[in-house]
Formats: sequence, C-alpha cells, structure tokens
Amino acid sequence: MNELAAIVESVFRNESGRIIAGLIRAAGSFDRAEEALQDAFAAAMASWQTHGVPGNPAAWITAAAQRKLIDYARREQTRRSKAGELLHFGESSYEAPDEDMSVTFESGSCEDDRLRLIFTCCHPALNQEAQVALTLRTLGGLTTSEIARAFLLSEATLAQRLARAKRKIQQARIPYEVPPPPRLPERLAAVQSVLYLIFNEGYVATAGDSLVRCELCAEAIRLARVLLELMPDNPENSGLLALMLLHDSRRDARSTRDGQLVTLEEQDRSRWHWDQIAEGKQLVERALALRSAGPYQIQAAIAAVHAEARKADDTDWKQIAALYGVLSAKQNTPIVFLNHAVAIAMSEGLERGLALVDDLGSSGELDHYHLFHAARADLLRRMGRTTEAADAYRRALALTSNAVESGYLRRRIAEVS
Amino acid sequence: MRYMMLIYSREDEAATPAELKAVGAQHRALLEETSRLGVLRGADPLEASATATTVRTDNGKVMITDGPFAETKEQLAGYYILECRDLDEALAWAAKIPTACQGGTGCVEVRPLRQMPQSSE
Repeated sequence: MNELAAIVESVFRNESGRIIAGLIRAAGSFDRAEEALQDAFAAAMASWQTHGVPGNPAAWITAAAQRKLIDYARREQTRRSKAGELLHFGESSYEAPDEDMSVTFESGSCEDDRLRLIFTCCHPALNQEAQVALTLRTLGGLTTSEIARAFLLSEATLAQRLARAKRKIQQARIPYEVPPPPRLPERLAAVQSVLYLIFNEGYVATAGDSLVRCELCAEAIRLARVLLELMPDNPENSGLLALMLLHDSRRDARSTRDGQLVTLEEQDRSRWHWDQIAEGKQLVERALALRSAGPYQIQAAIAAVHAEARKADDTDWKQIAALYGVLSAKQNTPIVFLNHAVAIAMSEGLERGLALVDDLGSSGELDHYHLFHAARADLLRRMGRTTEAADAYRRALALTSNAVESGYLRRRIAEVS
Repeated sequence: MRYMMLIYSREDEAATPAELKAVGAQHRALLEETSRLGVLRGADPLEASATATTVRTDNGKVMITDGPFAETKEQLAGYYILECRDLDEALAWAAKIPTACQGGTGCVEVRPLRQMPQSSE
C-alpha cells in the first residue's frame, strides 16, 4: 500500500507538469484541467490497488484525465440544454458563450504544450508573485500546501493567489502559446527570472522549513532543465541551469548544523557536490562558446571559477574581477559593483578595492544597504583596521532582519573587537 | 473578444501645441488602421475631468457631487473598444495609443468586456 502511494506520488511529482500542459490546451481552462488530473489520480489509487500498477503509469493517468475532460464537457452540454434560454447575470464563474466546450486532443506535441504552459504562467500581465505560484503549482510537482510553506504563506492565501491568476488567464484571455519571435527574447527573460527567483527563494538563507526550501531549489533546477530541453539553442537557458547547479553544489557546506552561515572562503570544499559542479561547468563552457554571453552565463562562469579552486587561496580572483567587469556592463546593480570591487581587492590589492567601495558609497545611496557595509567591513577586517571594521559590521547588522546574516555579522564583530 | 482601452492622462501637465498636434495625428492613424482591419468597435475622447459630475444613489436618495469619482493625478481621458483575438493582441494595440490627450503623460488600462449571453457576436 505504501509502495503504491510512493509510486503515485512519484508520478505526480515527475509527470503532472507534462500531463497537465496537454490537458489545459484540450480543455481551454486551467481549472477543468486540474480537476480532471485530480480525478484521474484518485481513480488511479483505486484502480491500481485492485488491478496492479500499469506498465506506463503516466500514460494511464493521461488517458484517464482525458476521459474525465470528455465527461465534464458532456455534462456541461446537458446542463446547458436543460438551462435553455435562462440567463445567468452576475454569475461569478461566468463562461463566455462563444467558448467551445468541446475537447480536442489531436495535434501538437507534448513539448509544445509544456512550452506554452511555461510562457502562459510567466505572462507579464500576471504579477510576479502570481507567476511564481502558478509556475510551481502547474509545471512543478509541488502541492499547494508545500508551496505555501516554502513562501511562509497560509494555504488559503496561496490558493486565493492561484485562483485569481487562473481567473485572469481565462477572463482576460491570456493566450496559451509560445510568443512570436519578435517578443520571444523579452518573454523568455521573464520565464528565466521566475525560475531564478524560485531558486533563490530556496537558496537564500532565511527563515522557514529548510526541507521545503531544499525542494524549491530542486524544483527550480528541474524546471530549468525542462526549459533548456525545450529551447536548447538559447545559451542563457544553459547559463541559468549551470548557475543553479553550481550554487546548489555548495548546499551542504554553506551552513553549519545549527544553521550558521559559512562563507565561501571558509567552506569545506570536500563537501561540495562535484557531480553538479562538473555538469554546471560543462554547460557554461558550451554556452559561452556560442559567444552571446548574458548575465546568467557570466554569473555561472564566476561560480565555475570559484569551483575550480580546490582551496580558497587558489581562487583566480583576477579572472573573477574580469568577469564581474563584463557583468557590470550588462547589469548595473549595486550588488554587482560591490562584488566587482571585492574581486579587485582580492586580486589587485585591498586598498584599491576599498577605494572603489568607498567611491561607490560616496553618493550616500547605499547607506541603507546592509551588504554595502558588510563588504566594506570585510575589506577593513582583512586590512587589520579592526575598529573601523567593527563599526561597519555594526551598521550592517542594524540594517538586516535576516537571522542567518545577523548571526554571521555578530560573529565577525566578536572577532574584530 | 472585445477589450476596452481606458486612457488615463495627467491633466496637470501642459503639452505644447506641437505635442497635441502629434497626439491627434497618432489617434487618427490608429483609428484609420483599426477600422481598416475591422476591429474598431468604438472610440471617443472625453472632456476634462473638471466637467465630470458623480451621481450616487443611497437608499433611494440621489447624491450629486461635482467632479470625478476618484481624485487622482491621472484621469480618464478617452477610450477605445477593439475586437482582439487575445490579451496579447489587445496589449499590442494599447501600446500604440498615445496617452497625452489631456496634455500630460499617462497610461492605458486594458480590460476585457464581459460578454453577456444574449449578445449576438
């Protein structure tokens, strides 16, 4: 029995995104497709218990869900003909009269459907929170309650967010299609940023259930793999997957058992996942060979350079500084400039790095940015200017509400005081 | 499906006569293009919000106030109703609508029209 539940769960996690993409196209509705899929899983539990698990469980579920959709369409037609000419003003779940209730399963490969689904879930007419929730719920194998836990939301809030997004897709008629070439780059960038957001939500150490956070990273990696598989020619898709793999490879080394942050420099590199590093490096090398380096590829290349050093002292900071230089031309955010300055400090000299950081801070714009003070503090500490370092660490501490970061900053303050 | 493009424009910013002339020309071009393609279902500019009167019925009592419903910087300045295949098509049209009808900068809100069962389209 437990074995059956495990099989059903594995089919749900690994195949539901693939199955539902086709159901949505056939039904023209997220809700009906989800209902059909749920009913099919329920039917599977009952049938497989008596008749045994079929050879291809995913195909069984797909066929069962398609039959459910046809059933709904028949029932709806009967209901309509009975309702006759009655008008339903103000009915909340209003269906457009021209909407075709018939169900079509032919034409179009499963890959096309999954790509359509990704672009619809990440449509710019939906806000980013809705994009993330919808992507995880429909393309990923996470349940509503797992997603809610990962984002520290109540299940009711998340359900409401999903319902609102699906209603908008239906009522405003957000198309279920891969955008045409002129709009593709922009729309693909939106998809990539949703996947990266999901990854970071799992990766950046904040409060919350660590097990679920780990699952978010795994899910983001899985979705990035799907995207790369569907659009293999886009080097940024490779870059994104490589970046995720290279960061995720450090997951066991980047915090202590009691949840304290361990900096890259201090990490026990034998605990890195070298299989992921090898795959990430291969992906980014292949992507960069196509000579259209975007932000994900460059960030992945930086992570790869870090991964190449067996110990922290061997890090090729010169190359990292050069890569941040390229990145800052494409992404002029304070965090990129700060990292660039730190890499210069590590390769050309701490004084020169500190001068760059101070220059960056001279406008006062970064006064409220905790990472600015933390980066300054780290450089001052390395230079032995402990009093100034302690001051800067304290300013950073006052500006962060993240428990893990606070713990790290307190440790540094204790070290330099 | 029909979409309404509601044009919101700032009334407190002044446009030069040349700018207003350009806005007028853009609207005429858009009206010409949408009607040639057979997707234009309606379009009108509105008078400034200073001409608005708001009527509210509360328990049978009619309340009349001078001015628009919402006192915001950007006021409703006009609309288009266009027949579109889906939201992407509607958004592409909306991006072509100039928003400086009342002189200032603005934006366009795109809303699908609810289709009522008895409508014959």
